[in-house]
This record gives sequence, C-alpha cells and structure tokens, in this order.
Amino acid sequence: MDALFLQILNGLEKGGAYALIAMGLTLIFGTLGVVNFAHGALFMIGAFVAVTMQRIFNISLEIVDATQKDFLGNPLKVKVPYVIEWFGEGFGGFLIDWSVPLAILLAIPVMMLVGFVMERGLIKHFYKRPHADQILVTFGLAIVLQEIVKYFFGANPIPTPAPSDYRGTIDMAFFGLNLSYPIWRLIYFFFSAAVIAAVFAFLQFTTFGMVVRAGMADRETVGLLGIDIDRRFTLMFGIAAAVAGLAGVMYTPILSPNYHMGMDFLVLSFVVVVVGGMGSLSGAVAAGFLLGILQAFASMNEVKDIIPGIDQIIIYLVAIVILLTRPRGLLGRKGVMED
Amino acid sequence: MLGLSQKDTRFLFIVIALTLLTPFLLNPFPTDSALAQFNAGYPALMQRFAIYGLMAIGFNILFGLTGYLSFGHAAFLGVGSYAAVWMFKLLSMNVLPAIIMATLLAGLFALVIGFISLRRSGIYFSILTLAFAEMSYRLAYSVFTPVTNGESGLQLGLKDPRILDAPLTSASLPVPGLFGLKMNSSWTLDLGPWDFTFNVGYYFCAVVAILGFYLSLRIFRSPFGLMLRAIKSNQNRLNYTGLNSRPYTLAAFVISGMYAGLAGGLLAAMDPLVGAERMQWTASGEVVLMTIVGGVGTLMGPVLGAGFIKYAENIFSKINESILHSWFSWLPDGLEDAVVWIFARFVGEGWHLTLGLMFMVIVIALPGGLVEGGQRIARFLRRKSDDSAATTTPAE
Amino acid sequence: MSILEVKGVNKRFGGLQALGNVNLSVKEDTCHAIIGPNGAGKSTLLNCLVGKLIPDSGSVVFDGQSVLGRKPHEINQMGISRVFQTPEIFGDLTVIENVMIPCFAKRDGSFRMHAYEAVHQEKGIIEQAEAILADVNMLDKRHMHAASLSRGDKRRLEMAMCLVQEPRLLLLDEPTAGMARADTNNTIELLKEIRKKRRITMAIIEHDMHVVFSLAERITVLAQGTPLVEDTPENIKGHPKVREAYLGEAQV
Repeated sequence: MDALFLQILNGLEKGGAYALIAMGLTLIFGTLGVVNFAHGALFMIGAFVAVTMQRIFNISLEIVDATQKDFLGNPLKVKVPYVIEWFGEGFGGFLIDWSVPLAILLAIPVMMLVGFVMERGLIKHFYKRPHADQILVTFGLAIVLQEIVKYFFGANPIPTPAPSDYRGTIDMAFFGLNLSYPIWRLIYFFFSAAVIAAVFAFLQFTTFGMVVRAGMADRETVGLLGIDIDRRFTLMFGIAAAVAGLAGVMYTPILSPNYHMGMDFLVLSFVVVVVGGMGSLSGAVAAGFLLGILQAFASMNEVKDIIPGIDQIIIYLVAIVILLTRPRGLLGRKGVMED
Repeated sequence: MLGLSQKDTRFLFIVIALTLLTPFLLNPFPTDSALAQFNAGYPALMQRFAIYGLMAIGFNILFGLTGYLSFGHAAFLGVGSYAAVWMFKLLSMNVLPAIIMATLLAGLFALVIGFISLRRSGIYFSILTLAFAEMSYRLAYSVFTPVTNGESGLQLGLKDPRILDAPLTSASLPVPGLFGLKMNSSWTLDLGPWDFTFNVGYYFCAVVAILGFYLSLRIFRSPFGLMLRAIKSNQNRLNYTGLNSRPYTLAAFVISGMYAGLAGGLLAAMDPLVGAERMQWTASGEVVLMTIVGGVGTLMGPVLGAGFIKYAENIFSKINESILHSWFSWLPDGLEDAVVWIFARFVGEGWHLTLGLMFMVIVIALPGGLVEGGQRIARFLRRKSDDSAATTTPAE
Repeated sequence: MSILEVKGVNKRFGGLQALGNVNLSVKEDTCHAIIGPNGAGKSTLLNCLVGKLIPDSGSVVFDGQSVLGRKPHEINQMGISRVFQTPEIFGDLTVIENVMIPCFAKRDGSFRMHAYEAVHQEKGIIEQAEAILADVNMLDKRHMHAASLSRGDKRRLEMAMCLVQEPRLLLLDEPTAGMARADTNNTIELLKEIRKKRRITMAIIEHDMHVVFSLAERITVLAQGTPLVEDTPENIKGHPKVREAYLGEAQV
C-alpha cells in the first residue's frame, strides 16, 4: 500500500513536468497552428536560466583572509561571492542557496523574450507552410539552440541543488501510511499545479484570454471582427515559452541540466500532446498526469515481473493505442488535425 | 539501356564512375601537405559515405516521393546491424548472408511498423514512427539484452558457433569477408607525394550502394514512383481516381526500411560491434538532415547530403583553433584573434551549430537543398555566359 | 434502364436531418441534375454516392451493386468518377502525368507493384493520355506543371482525368462554382460536347440555373434533405413547388 501511494506521488511529479511542457506545446499549436519541435529546447533553456542564476550569485572576488594561513604560512586567499560581500552572510547566503527558486523571476522575462524573438523572427513565416516544414525548421532551431547552450555551459550535466532546507526527504504519516518522499519533488508537483491553474485562470478570466480562446476555436472569424489576433498570438507564444522555461527551472534539482535534455523531453511531450488531443489544453494536462502515473506504476517491481520492460515503453504503447483508436486523442476537439 | 532513358543512363554511369574513383577524388591533397587533413579518402570514412548514402537514398523513396516524414528509420538500421552480427556469430563470416538477413528482417520489421503507423498521416504518422523507434531503442537496452547485449553492445566472440565456417585457428577474432576477401584489407598506391587507399570494404559497400541507387532510379521513373509522387501531391484525388494509397505508402515504407536495414547490415559488416544508440530517434533525425540538406525528392541529393554531413562530422570537427590560427596568421593580430574566434564557433566542436543553421536556411529558403543550390548557380552562370555571348535562344 | 438507384437514404449529423428518405434514379445515357437551395443536402447526397459518407439507412445501388461501405477508390473502380467543386488535380506533377495516373488506375486496378517498369516505356498509356489531352485542347500544355495552369485549364484537366477512365457515371459537384461568365460558358460547351461525343451518363449538382437548363435532361429538386419533384427541365421551370423552394430561399 505504501509502495502504491509512493508511485502515485512519483507519477504526479513526473506528470507535472509532462503536463507543463505539453501545455506549452498545445498553446502554440492551438493558437498558431505550428508544430514546434524546438519546444524541448525551451525547457532546456529554462533549466539553464537556473544555472545562470546560480553562477551569477556565485561570481566571486578574491580577498585575503588574515585569520587563515595556507600551508606555507602566507595569508590565505579565499573566494567570496559578491552577494555575500555586499549583503552579508545571512541574506547573501540565502540568495545563493535559493538560486533555483529565485531563477523563476529571471526566467519569466528571459523566456518571454526568447519566445517573442522566436515567433517574430522565424515561426511567423511558417504559419502557412506544411506541418512537415514546421517540424523540420524547428528541429533545426532546436539543434542550433542546444549547440549554443553547449558552447556556453559545456557538455556535462551541471548540478543545481535545491535550497538546502528542501533537499532531503519528508516523512509523511496519514491514513495509516508512513512515507518518506523527496521534498523537492513534492514541491515540483505543487508548483506545476499552480502554473497550470494560473494559465487556465488567465485564459478563463481575462479579456485577453477570451480572445485567445476564441482565436483557438476559429481564427478567421476573430480576425474578421477586427481584433489584432496576431499580436496576441505572439504574446501567447511568449507565455508558452515561459511555461516551458519554468518547468525547466524547477526541474534542475531533480535532473542536473545538460544541453540535450530538451531533445529527451521533446519526444515524451509530443506523445503527451497527441494522447491528450492536439489543441486541447485540458487534454494535455490530463494526459500529462495520466502518463506520469502510468509510468510510475509500470516501474513497480511487481508490474515489471509480470511484463518485463513495460516501464520503458508504457508511454509509447499507450500513445500508439490512443492514436489508432481515438484519432482525436482523449479530449481533442472535433476537426483539429484528425487525419 | 538497362530500362533507363538515355539521360538517366548517362547519369547512372557518372555516378558509378564517381563512386569507383572515390579513393582518388577524396584524397586530392599530398600526404605531407598542410591540407592533408582535409583528405577524406581513408577506408572508415569512405565506407560511411557509401553506407549512409544508401540509407538516405532509401529514406528519400519514402519521404521524398510520398512526403511521409518518418522519424523512426534508425530502428531499421539497428535491426539490420543486429541481424548481421547474429549471422556472423551463428552462420558464417561471409557478408552476403549477413546483409541479406539484415535487409529481410528490417523489411519485416518495417512491414509491421508501417502497417500500424500508416493508418494515420501527417504529424501523427511522424509521432507514431517516433514512438515505435523510441520503443525499439528502449527495449534493445532492457528486455532484449539477451539479443542485443544491452549497453556493452553486441560483438563477435571466439566461442561463437559459426556453423558454416572452419574452426578458428588463431586466438584473434575473425574478420567479415566475401569468399576469402577480408573487408578490412586495403592496398595503398603511392603516386609521388600522394597516397591512395583502396579498401575491400569500401568497394563492397560502393557496389551495394550503386545497386541501391540504380534501383531507386528505376523506382523514381516507374509508374509506382509516379503514384508515390501523386500521393504527396494530392492523396484525395488519388483515392477518387480509383487508386488505393495505403498499399503504395506501405510498399514505399517497407522498401525504405529495407534500404535502412541493408545499410545497418553493411555497418556491421565493416565493424561488427553494434550498440543500441544506433536506434535512437536522434539517429533517425540525422537521416532526415542528410536528405533535406542534399535535396529531398531529388535523386542525387540524399547521397550528397550524407556525404556532406559525414565529411563535416569527421573533418570539420577536427579543425581546432591552432589550425585556424595558422590559416589566418597573415591577418593583423587583433583581427586574427577575432576571425579565429568566430570561425572556431562553427568548426571543430561547433560543427553541429553549422549543420543546424544550414539545415534551417535550407528548409526556409532552399527546399531542393544542395542540389537545387547547385542548379541555381549553374543556371545563373549559364545566363551570364549567354548574356555575354548575346545569344538569342530563350532560356529554358 | 437506370444505372444509379438511390432508395430511402437517410443521413443525420447530430440533430440535423441532412437527408430524409431520398430516392433518386439516374437513367443510363442522360444528364441528370440535382438542384436545390443552399443546405438542401446536395453535397451530402453526393458524398454518400462516392463513399466519403455512409448513410444511416437506405441503399445506393450502382449498376446492380451496392456502393455502401465501399471506399472511394473501390467506387471509382466500379465506374463512378467525380469532378470537385474546386478542381482537385496533382499540382506537383506535369499535365500529362496527371492524365496518365487514371490511365494506370484503369489498366492496373487500385494497386499494382509496378516499381520496375519505366513510365517512358508505357507507350499505350502515353498515347491514351495524349489523345484525351488533344480532345480537351491541352496537348500543347502537356509538360507544364499542373499547379501553374489557369483555373479554367485546371477544370479541363480534371475533366480529362475523369474522362480518360471512361466512367459509367460522371458526378459533377458544382463544376462552374466561382467561375466568370465566360469560363462558365466554356465549361458548359465542354460538357455538352462530352455528352454528345461520349454518351457518358452524368449526375450534376448545380446552383446556377443557366448551367442546369443548358445541360440537364432530367432534374431532381432537393429541399431540406428531401426530393420535391423529379421531371424534365421544361416541366420543372413552371413547377409551383420549385418556385416556392427558391423564392423561400430568396426571402432569406
């Protein structure tokens, strides 16, 4: 029973990541009709924003510490981060420790900017081109982006720890269950739920969101009403990029970022999108959590004993079955790319 | 001749000549010169040109003609390689049964995957093939470890049965061969300052690749090829013209899968060590890159693209900053550093960046890839010479 | 002798009754027009005939065989060709290749693995294709890309692609929709000529009364998914029910 519940938690945390990336993909596909193979790269860039934040806070100056001597008896030179020099051990230390959550503040503007530039500079010209061309050009863009990141950050994974208070595990006892679970993964789940809720609220309760939803349903009509839908869609692309970026920022303590993590997540997130139904936001979210939980269950030893290897392929298997039996995905709207 | 039009026959003979003369063409620089590092005429690389060229030719039959974009062809390459190594282990070190088995098994595999994936089209087809390829890759690493030997990779062993071959007399691993001709044996021709290497493995791959090219030429010019192009152009009209597009696309899928399997078999014949990473979806992406860069839907494009990418991967990637410094030493110091810095971003480790950018430019502006680029330049030059000669014949 | 027999066909889309108990009989060697106001169910009916839609109930029998449940390519192989509202051609192929494809379909059936023959050696097919192109006055354009043709030429090419199959029944879905008057008249002439020379049975869905009365020998009037009347053009012109249906439309 404990094990089962543990897997549900695992699934929720994984599902949160899938759902966030898939939601961004769906926003782009639903509003702009563009199949974006560079979306994984946005997730990766988000993760590297966290790395950058960590590096910025750790930029150090060398000072001579009179109280310490090196082995030759000379005064020891130590590196002290500027933030500690400026703000003192307390607040400066807090900044360094909390660099991952704080990176969210940096990631939102940076990712929106990346999104705007991408949409205006490249994607815009591919609205009318076939989906295959869109896939190809964004695939090329993904390669370029990951090479740029590789140049600046190298090829090795960069450990980016969570704040020290949240690194360990938490013991939970309820309903007669005793679980111990990594705190950060729990936080990740709640974080992703909050971001998803925020995006839905934004689309549901603002005029802007209403126009975008109308545009997703019928772009031409909205255009005829004299509403400048293109500008809003550009902003939507920025928001989608920010969502992917946030998913990446918060994922860094779970998986040390490397330059090709985007490609690894891309396939999964596409699978999630088609399972949920192209163009359906709630479908993407539901499918993200569903597949996350399914995968967690499939990794249980009891399940693996019955069907060996199922944990490796369950997601793809589900995707294939769904694609063949429900052309629209779980919650897809009628008429959206059904063939 | 050979069932081809005159123009195609000439084309085929040019391709054959170029392929057979590759050891010369790729080694244009004397061995001791500074430019010798651009020589690509060494066996391992020439083999790769032929093998990946063959794979791209096959991929082009599917993607170039029907427009169905598969991201799963690496799976067939992997299946072909595994099948070939198993033939080496169980049957004989002769490469023929190995590559035949590789082709057939990959074809069978493609039949199953294609039958399911082709129920959908467009992006859904791409994602289905992607899902199948990822599944194969992951299974090769996990459940199928007894067949694939997992992470360490499948390789030959001294204790392999090899029922057709005579028992081993030496303690070293046997080498794949063709009736006694060892694939790794080479003969070097010294011609003044030049060295040219003729490798059995390369020539074997080259002959297979030429056969593959000839077959693809026939398919391009056949009624079957016409139907495939019609599918890309307007599948709806094709169905209302009384033609069933499903078996056509499935046939194209299986044929291109068999090409990939054959290429995988050749890879294993050149180096009988196979790891599962050969099946990863990014490996499929590489074939897509080759086909697009060279020119999708053109006959020669995929081969050029494969050659270009493999050349870049092996040669460009070796250019480092000190080499660049030696090239640009004639520049003023500050400028030299700046130029070297910029170039260094795009060569050596950064050649992937060049590739990605080039790929994007081609998708955006040059749908026919290198082939179309070449044609445009040729047309431009011809027009220029026409202008200067003030001929009155209108351009075609 | 009727070649196409539609009996009691119903089709619903959700709450909308698109076709209600449609009966229709197309006689061999006639041009049968199906007219009606917008939303009368003309296109739905056509889609039921070519296998794009499957009726909820009723039967569609072509030449003694049911077409229900068959795929579009099977129905075409039975002898029904279709012309679309906007010409559907193979834009990336040349004009002559466009016409050769239906020739292959007629000779080889819906699939044949002829991967090792060469198109340029298919003398019979090429002759056939060139003959039909000559018939529609497009022989000089045979090496052009179909996508670069004018709209009128695209229509003629599509017609040639259907005619070369020598269909038993040619279905035309508003063949003059969106055309200028001159183009419309050209199309009418083309169709008249085809009727006269090849004696092909035609079923035509049309909005434009000028086209209908220039071509049709029998007319069925559809309104709200049900046939109102079926008669000769002369009788239809003065029929009160027809006037009512069209006037009703005009008032909306």
